[in-house]
Amino acid sequence: MLGEQIIKGMAVTARNFFGSYVSKERLTTVQYPEEHLAQKENTRQFPFLVYDGDDWEKGLRCVACQICEKECPPKCIYIVKSKDKKPDYKGQPQIYPATVDIDISVCMSCQICVEVCPFESIKMDTKFELSTDDRFGGLLLTKDKLAKPNSYYQQMHPHDAAESDAVIAAEKAKAEAKAKAAAEAKIKADAEAKAKAAAAAAAPIAAPVPTTPPPTAK
Amino acid sequence: MPPKSFEVKPKLDESGASIGELLEISMGPHHPSTHGVFRMDVVLDGEKVVKLKPVCGYLHRNHEKIGENISYLASMPYTDRLDYFCSMTNNWAYALTIEKLAGLAVPERAEYIRVIMAELTRLQNHTSLIGFFVHDMGALGTPLMYAFREREKILDLFEEVSGARMMCNYMRFGGVRVDVNDEWIARTKQLVANYGRFLDEFETFLNQNEILLARTQGVSPLTKEQAVNASLTGPLLRAAGVNYDVRKVDKYGIYSRFDFKVPLGEHGDLYDRYMMRVLEMRESIKILNQALRDIPAGPVMDPKAKLRGFRPKPGEVYGRIESPKGELGFYIISDGGPNPYRYRVRPPSFINITILEDMCLGHRVADVIVILGSVDIVLGEVDRCQPI
Amino acid sequence: MVSWVPDKKLETLEQIKLRIESALPLTKLDILPNECPAGERSLVVDAGRGLAVAKFLRDDAQLKLDYCSNVTGIDWPEAKIKTKVKKKMLVEGVEKEVEEIVETLRSGHLEVVYHLYSMELKHGPIVLRMRTANRTDQTHLPSLTPVWRGAEFQEREIYDLYGVIFDGHPDLRRILMWDEFVGFPMRRDYVEPDDFEYEPTPHDEVLVEAKKHYPVEAKAEVKPEVKA
Repeated sequence: MLGEQIIKGMAVTARNFFGSYVSKERLTTVQYPEEHLAQKENTRQFPFLVYDGDDWEKGLRCVACQICEKECPPKCIYIVKSKDKKPDYKGQPQIYPATVDIDISVCMSCQICVEVCPFESIKMDTKFELSTDDRFGGLLLTKDKLAKPNSYYQQMHPHDAAESDAVIAAEKAKAEAKAKAAAEAKIKADAEAKAKAAAAAAAPIAAPVPTTPPPTAK
Repeated sequence: MPPKSFEVKPKLDESGASIGELLEISMGPHHPSTHGVFRMDVVLDGEKVVKLKPVCGYLHRNHEKIGENISYLASMPYTDRLDYFCSMTNNWAYALTIEKLAGLAVPERAEYIRVIMAELTRLQNHTSLIGFFVHDMGALGTPLMYAFREREKILDLFEEVSGARMMCNYMRFGGVRVDVNDEWIARTKQLVANYGRFLDEFETFLNQNEILLARTQGVSPLTKEQAVNASLTGPLLRAAGVNYDVRKVDKYGIYSRFDFKVPLGEHGDLYDRYMMRVLEMRESIKILNQALRDIPAGPVMDPKAKLRGFRPKPGEVYGRIESPKGELGFYIISDGGPNPYRYRVRPPSFINITILEDMCLGHRVADVIVILGSVDIVLGEVDRCQPI
Repeated sequence: MVSWVPDKKLETLEQIKLRIESALPLTKLDILPNECPAGERSLVVDAGRGLAVAKFLRDDAQLKLDYCSNVTGIDWPEAKIKTKVKKKMLVEGVEKEVEEIVETLRSGHLEVVYHLYSMELKHGPIVLRMRTANRTDQTHLPSLTPVWRGAEFQEREIYDLYGVIFDGHPDLRRILMWDEFVGFPMRRDYVEPDDFEYEPTPHDEVLVEAKKHYPVEAKAEVKPEVKA
C-alpha cells in the first residue's frame, strides 16, 4: 500500500515525541544558560599558568624557556625573558617570564603547549564562557590573568594534577638530594682544606643551598 | 575516458529557431544545502541541468603551506580541521604516514584504541550524513535531529578521552596521547549495544519510505568505469559496485584481525549511496564489538617516539587510510629538518566532486542538492582550510 | 608492530621500467631512489613521453593501474646539494676510504607526482614523476586527465598553486585561489603580501607590516612591543 512506510515512519516520530517526556534517552537537550552539562575531566579550553603557594608572582612555575612559544601551531603565545633571576620551586635562581601574553582569540585549544612543557607550568583551563565586547584587550590574557593557583588545577583535573604534582615532587627531591650532596661535599672539602691548611682557594665551588624552603606543591 | 565537454547554446528547434533560453544560475556559496561555502555554476534548460561547474576555495587558507612551515607535531591539531567531522581518522592518517616515514612502531593497545576511535568516527559521520542527506531532500529537521542526538553521545566519549568533542588532536606519532580507562570502555560497549537499536529505528523510519525511494532510486547512477576513472573513493565508489576498501586492501593498523564485510551497491544511484552508509555502520558495529572485546592492556605510546625536536630522516612517503569520506592520504617529503619539505593532503571530499558534473547532468535542479548531499563533502577538506 | 607492510608483491620497479622501455621505443625512464625504507621509489618520465607511459600503465594487463589516487606538485628551487661520497684514496701510501663532500648544483624545476594504484588487481602504488625544464618560462607538462579523470581537479590545483601548465587539460583554471590572483603561493620563494592577514596580535611581525597599511587602527588598538 502506498504510504504504508510513511505511516510507519510517523509512528517512529510519535514514539520519539512522546518518549521525550518520559525517557532521558530521547530527550538529551539541556536549557543551556540556566543549566550546564557536567564537565568532563579532560575537557580543555584555553591555557593558564600554574603557581605554587599564595603569591602568584613568586610561585609561578614558568621559567620562560619559550618552548611552548616555539611549538604553538597558531603562534598565540608571547614570552619575554626576565633580565634578573629569582629562586624557582627547587630553590635555584632561575629566569622568570617578564611578560607572558596568550591571545585566546588566536589560540585553538590544541594542548600542544601543555604537552611540550617540561616544567609542568602551563595547563588547560575549562572555562569557556569568555565572551567580551573588547576584541583586542579582552581576549589578550596577560601574566596576571593567566596565573592560577595549583589548588585550582587540582580541583579541576584531579588525576592530571596528581601526576603533575608527583613529577614536581620527584624533581624537588632530586634537587634537594643534589643540594644536600653538594653541601656535604663542601663540608668534606672544607675539612680537607683545613687539614691541609694550604690551598684553601682550591676548594670546589658547590651549588648554592636554598636558605628558605619554597612553598611546597601540596 | 576524457571528461565530457559542454557548450552552452541557446535552445533551438528543428528549424533552427530559438525556443527558449538557458538559464545560468549560481547555487551557493551561502545556500544551506551546499554544506558550507561552496558554489556551483549551473546552467539550466527549464528544470534540467545541462552544465555544472563546482567553484570552491572560499575557505582556502593553504593548509599545505602552513604544514611546511611548522613542525611535524604542530601539524597534528591542524589535521583535525580538515574534515572537522572526522578528526580522529584525520589524526590517524597523518600519524600513520609519519610512522611510516620515521619507522615507529605502535603498541597493541594504541592500535586497538585507534580502531575503536576510527569506527566510532565512521558511525557518527555516517549517521549525521544520512541526516543531512534527507534534510537536503526536504525532510527538514526530524531525522537530522535524531542523528545528532546519537552523534552527540559519541562526541561525549571523544571529549572524555581527548578533551574536545570535535577537534580531538588525540593521536601521536607512535601511539595515542592518553589511555582510555575501563569505565570508558564499558560505556562505549553500552553505546555500541544501543546503537544497533537506534539503527533499527532509523532504518524503519527511512529505508522503505516512499518519498525517499522516489527521490533516490535511479537518480544519478554511476558505472564502475566512471567511478574508478574519476578516482572516487569511499562509499560512493562501493555504491557503484567496486570492491575497494583501503581497510581491506592495505590492512593498515590491525584491520586484518577483524571480521567484517565490505558492502557493495549495484547501480551507484543515490539509494545505493544511502544504503552503503547504513550497511557500513552495521559493519562498524561489528568491528567495534570485536575491538572492545579483545583490547589488551599495555602502554599506548612507543617509547622511541618523541614530541619535541622530532626530525625524521630524509625520504618521502605516501600513507593512506579509509576515512568515512573515502581514501584520505598524506604525502610527506622530509629533508631531515624539523619541518616537512612537502606536506600534501589527499582530500577525499575534494577529489570526489571531480565528477559532480557528470552525476548531475540531465537531472532536475532539485536533485542537484541531493546529489551533492550524497557525495558527503566537508568544505574544510575541499578547501584545505585552517579555522582556528 | 609495524603496520604498513603491504602483503601484495608487485613486479619490481626495474622490471616495469624494462617493460615500458621495450614496449614504447624512444622512452627513457629513470628510477629515483627513496631514502625512506618504507617509502616507494619512483619512475621519472620525460615530459614528452608522459602521456604514452601513463596510457601503458593503465592498459597493461599485468599492471592495470586504473586508479590515480594522488597528484601532487613539488617545487625544487635552484640549490646547492651537498652529498657525501666515499672515495678510495692513497693516504700516506695506504689505500683508505675517505668521505668527501661533493657540492652539485641542482637546477630549479617543478615536479608533478602521481600515485597510481590498481583497483582491479588491488596493488600499488607506482609513483610516477614528471619534471619541468625550469621554474620560469618552460613549465609545461602533459596533462594526464585524459587517462585518469580523477587527476582533473588535482592538476588544476597544481596549476593554481605551483604554476605548472598542463597541456591537454580540458579546463585549466584556478581552483582554490580566485581568478584575479597573481603568483603561485605554494612555491618556496613566494612572498606573501603583507596586508593579507591582518591579525592584530601584539607580537606578530604581521602587525609591524600591517601598520603600514592600517596606521591609525593599529596605533589605536595595540600597544607595540619590542621583543627583548
